[in-house]
Amino acid sequence: MTSLPAIAPDAKKLGLVIDLDICVGCHACAVNCKQWNSGGFAAPLTDSEPYGAEPSGVWFNRVHAFEAGEGAEGRTVYFPKSCLHCDDAPCVTVCPTGASYKRASDGIVLVDESKCIGCKLCSWACPYGAREYDPNEGVMKKCTLCIDRIYNENIAEAERVPACVSTCPASARHFGDLGDPKSEVSKLVAARGGYDLMPEQGTKPVNKYLPPRPRQNTSCASNAALPVATTEPAGLFLKWVDRLLSR
Amino acid sequence: MLASDPEIDTSPKVADEVKYTTCYMCACRCGIKVHLRDGKVRYIEGNRDHPVNHGVLCAKGSAGIMTQTSPARLTKPLKRVGPRGAGEFQEIEWSEALATAEQWLGRIRATDPKKLAFFTGRDQSQALTAWWAAEFGTPNYAAHGGFCSVNMAAAGMYSIGGSFWEFGEPDFERTRYFMLFGVAEDHASNPLKIGINKLRQRGAKFVSVNPIRTGYSAVADDWVGIRPGTDGLFIFSLIHELLSADKIDFAYLVRYTNASWLVIDAPGSAAHGLFVRSADGRALVWDGENQRLASSNDITVKPALVGRFALPNGTSAIPSFELLARRFLAPEYAPERVAATTGVEASKIRQIAAELARVAFEEEIVLDLPWTDWAGRRHDKTVGRPVSFHAMRGISAHANGFHTCRALHVLQMLLGSIDVPGGWRYKPPYPRQAPPGPKPSGKSVAAGKTLGGSPLGYPLAPEDLLVDSAGRALRIDKAFSWEAPLAAHGLMHLVITNAWKGDPYPIDTLFMFMANMSWNSAMNTTGTRSMLTDKDDRTGEYKIPRIIYSDAFWSEMAAYADLILPDTTYLERYDCISMLDRPIGTADAAADSIRQPVIALDRDVRPFQDVLIELGARLKLPGLIDANGAPRYPGGYADYITRHERAPGVGLLAGWRGSHGDKAGRGAANPRQLDAYIANKCFWTAEIPDEAKFYRFANMRYLAHAEAMGFLSEPKPITLQLYVEPLQRFRLAAEGHGTVQPPPAERERIRTYFDPLPIWYPPFEEAAVDAEQFPLHAVTQRPMAMYHSWGSHNAWQRQIHSENRLYMHRATGTALGIADDDWVWIVSHHARVKGQVRLMDGVNRHTVWTWNAIGRSPGAVRLAPNAPEVTRGFLLNHIISELLPARDGGYRYANADPVTGQAAWYDLRVRIERIGAFSVVTDTNERPLQSPPNARPVPLTLSYGREFRTRS
Repeated sequence: MTSLPAIAPDAKKLGLVIDLDICVGCHACAVNCKQWNSGGFAAPLTDSEPYGAEPSGVWFNRVHAFEAGEGAEGRTVYFPKSCLHCDDAPCVTVCPTGASYKRASDGIVLVDESKCIGCKLCSWACPYGAREYDPNEGVMKKCTLCIDRIYNENIAEAERVPACVSTCPASARHFGDLGDPKSEVSKLVAARGGYDLMPEQGTKPVNKYLPPRPRQNTSCASNAALPVATTEPAGLFLKWVDRLLSR
Repeated sequence: MLASDPEIDTSPKVADEVKYTTCYMCACRCGIKVHLRDGKVRYIEGNRDHPVNHGVLCAKGSAGIMTQTSPARLTKPLKRVGPRGAGEFQEIEWSEALATAEQWLGRIRATDPKKLAFFTGRDQSQALTAWWAAEFGTPNYAAHGGFCSVNMAAAGMYSIGGSFWEFGEPDFERTRYFMLFGVAEDHASNPLKIGINKLRQRGAKFVSVNPIRTGYSAVADDWVGIRPGTDGLFIFSLIHELLSADKIDFAYLVRYTNASWLVIDAPGSAAHGLFVRSADGRALVWDGENQRLASSNDITVKPALVGRFALPNGTSAIPSFELLARRFLAPEYAPERVAATTGVEASKIRQIAAELARVAFEEEIVLDLPWTDWAGRRHDKTVGRPVSFHAMRGISAHANGFHTCRALHVLQMLLGSIDVPGGWRYKPPYPRQAPPGPKPSGKSVAAGKTLGGSPLGYPLAPEDLLVDSAGRALRIDKAFSWEAPLAAHGLMHLVITNAWKGDPYPIDTLFMFMANMSWNSAMNTTGTRSMLTDKDDRTGEYKIPRIIYSDAFWSEMAAYADLILPDTTYLERYDCISMLDRPIGTADAAADSIRQPVIALDRDVRPFQDVLIELGARLKLPGLIDANGAPRYPGGYADYITRHERAPGVGLLAGWRGSHGDKAGRGAANPRQLDAYIANKCFWTAEIPDEAKFYRFANMRYLAHAEAMGFLSEPKPITLQLYVEPLQRFRLAAEGHGTVQPPPAERERIRTYFDPLPIWYPPFEEAAVDAEQFPLHAVTQRPMAMYHSWGSHNAWQRQIHSENRLYMHRATGTALGIADDDWVWIVSHHARVKGQVRLMDGVNRHTVWTWNAIGRSPGAVRLAPNAPEVTRGFLLNHIISELLPARDGGYRYANADPVTGQAAWYDLRVRIERIGAFSVVTDTNERPLQSPPNARPVPLTLSYGREFRTRS
C-alpha cells in the first residue's frame, strides 16, 4: 500500500477544467497529448497492431461521445476524460510498491516506472478508467499533466501548459491551481458551476467539468414571431412604392 | 511515507531545432511549429502567431508524425508490369520515369494537346498546375472543386464576388446571431472552432442547420435537423417571412445591390429579363422623384424598388427587387407550406425569422469608425447588422445546390449583413467583381500551342461556353458545356467515365495528382475501376491508354497507374499558399504562407511540383524555358514561387517583394523572398487599414488599397447581385435567341435552371427514383479527426476511426425492426453495400448517415487485409451513381447540379434491408492489393518516441 501525502489547506493542486459547453469532440486534445507524451516523461506510448486488425495504443486522454435527453432537450455530449489527479486517489493507495504516487508539491499523480510491476491494481481501483497499461513495456502509464512541459525551462513560458490545453481549438480546456481559490481556474469553476465527476466515489478529483450552458433554443414571448406588416403582398408593394431612399 | 516527491527532470530537452511551416493534414493550412530532435519530428504544435489557427492545432495536425512515418509512403518511381489494377510494379529510376512521361506527353502536345487530361485532387498548388496546363495547351484541367463545393463558390462569386471559407468569414468578434448550414465538422476546421467558442463566451446565439447533431451542431443553441436537400426551401421560407413582415434593409439594397436595376419585361423578345442599359452599357434605374430613367451610378437619384415603368421603345421594365419579392412572397413558401418537406416545424421557421429580424434591426452595431464610399461620401459611423452565416458542402453537394447557395446570399443581402460589423465579412483578396471574371479558355486547341488563358473561369454568356458549333462539349469533363455551363471548378468526377466512353472524345493520357479516383473520390467506385481496366476489343489497348499518377502514398489509385511519380510528404518540401489560389487571409488582413522542408528526405521521391516544372522544361513549354531553351526555373518549385510573375509585379507570394524585400502585394521578384518568409515563421500578413475594413465592395479606401496590392485590377465599386443577369442570357439562348444556342434536347433544362433569381426544386435523384422503394436519404459527415481517406494509414488517427457505422434514428430503426449492431444492406437505385447499424436520436428521421471515407480497399495504404477499415468499414461511394437514372430518350445526365456540374453526393436515396443480428463482415472478393516492390516492413508494434525519453 502506498500513502497519500498530507494535503495542507493551501496546497497547490494543479489540474484541468474542461468546458463541456464548447467541446465539439474533435479529439485534438487526445492526439496532441499522445504526440507530446510519446516522446515525454512516460515515453513511448506504445501502439499495438498500428496497421493491423486490432489497432490499440496507450492514450492518456480519450474523448467519449454520448446522447442525453430527449426531443428538444436532447443533446450530443462530448466528454474528454483523463486522470483527474484525485486528492484521495485510490490508484495510489492500492499500489503495492509505491510506484503510483501523488506529489506533495503540486498534487499531480504519477507512476514511477522503476517501481511499477505492472500488476494493474491501480487500473482496477480507478473508478474513471483513466489508467493505461502499456503491454509492451509492462508498466502502467497515465496522464502526467505534462509535467515535462509545465515546468520546462527549455520551452517558452506561454507554452508551459499541458499539450491538451495548448492545442484545444475551442479553448474548452483550462489549466491552473485549483487549490487557490483566487486562481483563474477556480474562479471559472465558481462562475460556471464546475463539478466533480462521480463525487459519490469519494475520490475528491482535482479536475473539474463545466456543465453546458442553458441552450437558447426556445422562443421567448417577445420574439416568437414577426409582427406581420401586412398579410397581402399587394399591400406590401403599395407601401414599397413610396419608399424612396437615396443611393 | 513519502517525505518528499521523487526527483524527476521537469525540464527535459525538447528539440535540437525548431522550424515553422504549414500543415497539410487537411485543407485548412494552419501554421505549425515543428520540434526536431536528431532529424526526427519530436512534436508538432500550432504556431501562435499564425492568422489561421493562432497556436491551436486539431487532431489531424497533431497526428502529423504518424503520416511522416507511415509505411504507406512511396519510396521510388514505379512502372506497371502486371495488368492495370493488380498492383504489380517495378521500381525505376527518376531518369526513366521522367523520360517516359516526357515521351507520352510530348507526343500528345505535338499532335492534339487536349488528349492530356490533367486533374489534381486536393491540390494546394493550383496557381502552378492550372498555369502548367495552359502552357501545355490542354483545356482538360481541374482540381477537386467540382466534386467538392463549386456550387458554394460559384453562387457566391456570381452573387457577391466572394463566398464562404477562404472568401470570407463571420465576424465572430461581434456577431450576435450565427447560422451554420451543412458543415460536416470541418471547412474551416480550427477557425470555426475558435469562432464558435467566441460566440459561446459572449452569449451570442448559434443555430446549426444540419440533419445530424454531431460536432458543431452538438454545441449549438438550436439544432435544426433538416431533411437533406431542402435547405433552399427553408431559406426561401425565412425570406418569405422577412419580406412579409417588411423586415429588410432597404437602404442597403438601394445602395449596394442591383435591387433597383430595371429588368426588361418583354416576354418572347431577345431582351426579356435583361437589365435596361444605357448606350454605354450602364444599368438604369427609375428615378422615383423625377419619374424618369436614370443611371444606376447616379447618387442623386432615389430609385424605385417596385413598379412597372414604360421604356422609350414601348416595352416596360420592373426593378429586380419587385421580381424577387414576388418570387419569395408566393404562398407556397409560407412556413406551414414548407414544414412537411423540410421537416422543420412552421413555428421554428417563424421563430428563426423573427430572431434574425430582431438581431439585425434592433441590435444594430454602430462603430465609431468613419469611412468613405466609392462616390466620395463620408460616413461618420460604420453600421452593422450582427447576423452572420456560414455554409459548406451540406447545402452545396445537391443538384439544387447552386440555387440554395444563391438563396443564402440573397438572405444576407436582404438583411444588409454582408461585410458589415457583426455580419459576414470578406477576406482579402475578395471581394472581386460580381459577376466575376475571367472567362475559361479552351475554344481553340492546337498542336504545340499554349491555351492562351486559364482553363477554368466564369462564363457570363453562352458565347463563353466551351462547345463546338453543334453545341457539343470541348472539354473531356463537359465543363462549360450546356450540361454544366458554370462549371467554374471543372467536373473531376466525370473525367474517367467520359474518357472511357470516348465522349466527347477519347483521350491518350490521364495525369492525376493526389486524387483517390479508384476509391473515395469517385462516384460509382466499382464501375470506375472497371472503366480504368477496360480494354478496347479491337486494339487490345486500355480504353484510357495511359495513366500517370503522383501521390505520396500507396493508395487505391496508385494500383491503377501505369507510371507512379512518388511525391514527398508536406514536411519535406516547399509549397506556397498563394492568393492566386485559395487564400488564407482573415477579414482584417491579407495573408499568404509557405511550406519549407523541415526534415530531410530518406527515400527516392520528389516534390510533385518540382517534377511538373522539370517535365514542363523537358517538353519545352514556353513559360518553362528561357530564350535559349534552357529550364527557366532550374531551382524547381521554390525557384518558381520566387521568380514567376503572373502580371508585372504580381507573383505567387505577396510578401517581401521588390529587390530589397520592402514591397507588399505588387513588386519585383525578390530572390531572398523565401528566406524572409522563413524568418517570419513561414507566413506573411498585411492588415487592411481600419477605414477599409467594412463595406469593401463600395469602400473607396479599400478599393484603392486593393488595386495597389494587386487584389483588383481597377478600383471600381462592386454591386451585389440579387438578380444574376448572366443566368438570364443562358435562358434566352434556350428560348431561341442569340447566335449560340443549346441543342434542342438541352433547351428545357437550361430554361428551367438558369433562373436569374433563386429557385428551389427537389434534388434530381429524389425526383427520379420511387420514394417508396428508396424512402431514406443517405449522407456522410466528415469526422473531425480524419480528412477523407488521408488518415487511414496514420497509426493514431485510425485508432479513433477504424470503422464506420450506419447511423439511423432510433424510431426509424425500430420501425424497420433493426437493432443496434445489426448488419444491413444499404440499397440505392445503383448498387448496394453492407454496413453495421448504430441507432441514435440526434438525426433527421428520414436520413441515415455514416462517416466519410473510413472504409478501405484490402491492402490499400498497406493496412492488413483484415483491418477493420476493410472488414467493417464501407463507402457510400459504391452506391452513388455518377449518372442520374435515364430520362426520356435514354440519356443519362451527370448526377450533378445542372448549373455548375457539382457532384450531388448528398442526393443519395436508399432503403435499408436487415441482414441479421449476427456479425457479418463486409464481403469482398477483391484480391488484396500487394505491397510495392522493396516496401519497408509494416511494424507490429510502434514505440515512436522511445528515443526521445530522458531516463533519470
